[in-house]
Amino acid sequence: MSFSISLTINGVRRDVELEDPRVTLLDLLRERLHLTGTKKGCDRGQCGACTVLIDGRRINSCMALALSHDGADVLTIEGVAHGDQLHPVQAAFIAHDGFQCGFCTPGQIMSAIGLIHEGQAGDDPERIREAMSGNLCRCGAYAGITEAVLEAQQNLTAADRRRSA
Amino acid sequence: MKTFDYVRPETISEAVTAAAQPGAAYLASGTNLLDLMKGGITRPDRLVDVTHLPGLDRIERLADGGIRIGALVRNADLAHDTDFARFYPAVAEALLSGASAQLRNAATVGGNLLQRTRCGYFYDTASACNKRQPGTGCDARDGENRLHAVLGWSEACIATHPSDFCVPLVALDAVVEIEGRSGRREIALEALHRLPGDTPEQESVLEPGDLIVALRLQAEARAFSAHARYLKVRERTCYAFAIVSAAAGLRIEQGTIRDARLALGGVAAKPWRARAAEATLAGALPTPAAFRRAAEAALADAKPSGDNLFKIELAQRILVRTLTLAAAGTPKRIPALPASPFASVSGALQNA
Repeated sequence: MSFSISLTINGVRRDVELEDPRVTLLDLLRERLHLTGTKKGCDRGQCGACTVLIDGRRINSCMALALSHDGADVLTIEGVAHGDQLHPVQAAFIAHDGFQCGFCTPGQIMSAIGLIHEGQAGDDPERIREAMSGNLCRCGAYAGITEAVLEAQQNLTAADRRRSA
Repeated sequence: MKTFDYVRPETISEAVTAAAQPGAAYLASGTNLLDLMKGGITRPDRLVDVTHLPGLDRIERLADGGIRIGALVRNADLAHDTDFARFYPAVAEALLSGASAQLRNAATVGGNLLQRTRCGYFYDTASACNKRQPGTGCDARDGENRLHAVLGWSEACIATHPSDFCVPLVALDAVVEIEGRSGRREIALEALHRLPGDTPEQESVLEPGDLIVALRLQAEARAFSAHARYLKVRERTCYAFAIVSAAAGLRIEQGTIRDARLALGGVAAKPWRARAAEATLAGALPTPAAFRRAAEAALADAKPSGDNLFKIELAQRILVRTLTLAAAGTPKRIPALPASPFASVSGALQNA
């Protein structure tokens, strides 16, 4: 039995036929749509490397059954920059050395974008560390990651303020 | 992962019919179920996806002052609902102390209630586990069992229930609404989970097809909102299950405790309401001696199931500390590290 689902991925509608109901959103992105920026780390919801935004909220795509997300709006790391212009969170990760090997970085950046959107952490480093605790970094770049999230949040908040002024 | 039939019902009654058949399981966000299926621990023949059912994702204020939470409300949405966090702050703190932000964005209220134990032997299909495969034995009894149950356990099973959310809920007399083959019924959350006895595979009183559709908190539970805390000792400060946790709610008038609500997590196969301890506090002054007496009453029946004698003392200390913090007053904002006993609080003893 095959299943047809339709998703909006990085602003583009994608219709997909699934032969197998077991496909996770992560495997759909990587294996079927060749969007390999989203990484498979633990595949069990523990490391955060597979973090994407669904309808604006960060989730672990490895623990999401693709079939169940029929109709969802998905944002992956491939969709955050505008052409050559990096997303402010991407730029902040570079400015603050928020990575070493880079494997966890797409998940870290998507998680940080979700965190800033949630608006719960403010400029408290402790709240940011807690809110980023679902993203593991084997290289231990946590200090830079926290700084990057703080700076990106300040920049985005300032930009929002300018827009609404 | 074993393959399965995928069904997406459009109504609750279609869902109940589809899930009443042997081998069927409900799928909500799947943060626990998919993990279990990937590990071969559960092998459903059919998944009944309830995430598209209408009307189950609402938080409703009831006319009597209570609150009704649809089973598909996500943990993060509930914890950040302004009224909910104000009326039931210990429940919001418990929610935010669990899992990670990504999982809290996905995980549902109904799924949280029905999540499975994190006992390592339950997860390891090469180990004997009466819960996973009845009659095979329990490798936890002679294994790594320092985190296992100290209350309500049996020779057949010493696993604990892992939920944070359920602990303050059971203290506050939450009610679960269930839709089943014979219609709608409701039960106290305290009566939802079963102790293992000789049948640890039967974890709840739900029958085949039963679907949790909502959770309710009564208006009376709001009386504890000024003095309510949830604390959780874990092996790291974020993103870990409780070794022991405690929820406390106090109603204090003119310096005297009028009424108390207490429950423990991480100590038994169900969230553990401590009624005897509550009774010792009614009419008492909020003093360290009264809190210690209550903690001793709460753990009076505890016994180690293995290398976990320390959990009995730890549970008493965390109860004292939770009561101390509850008496000091609910913080205006949930702390940066929700439920952490290591945040410094003026006047609280670090070793109590």
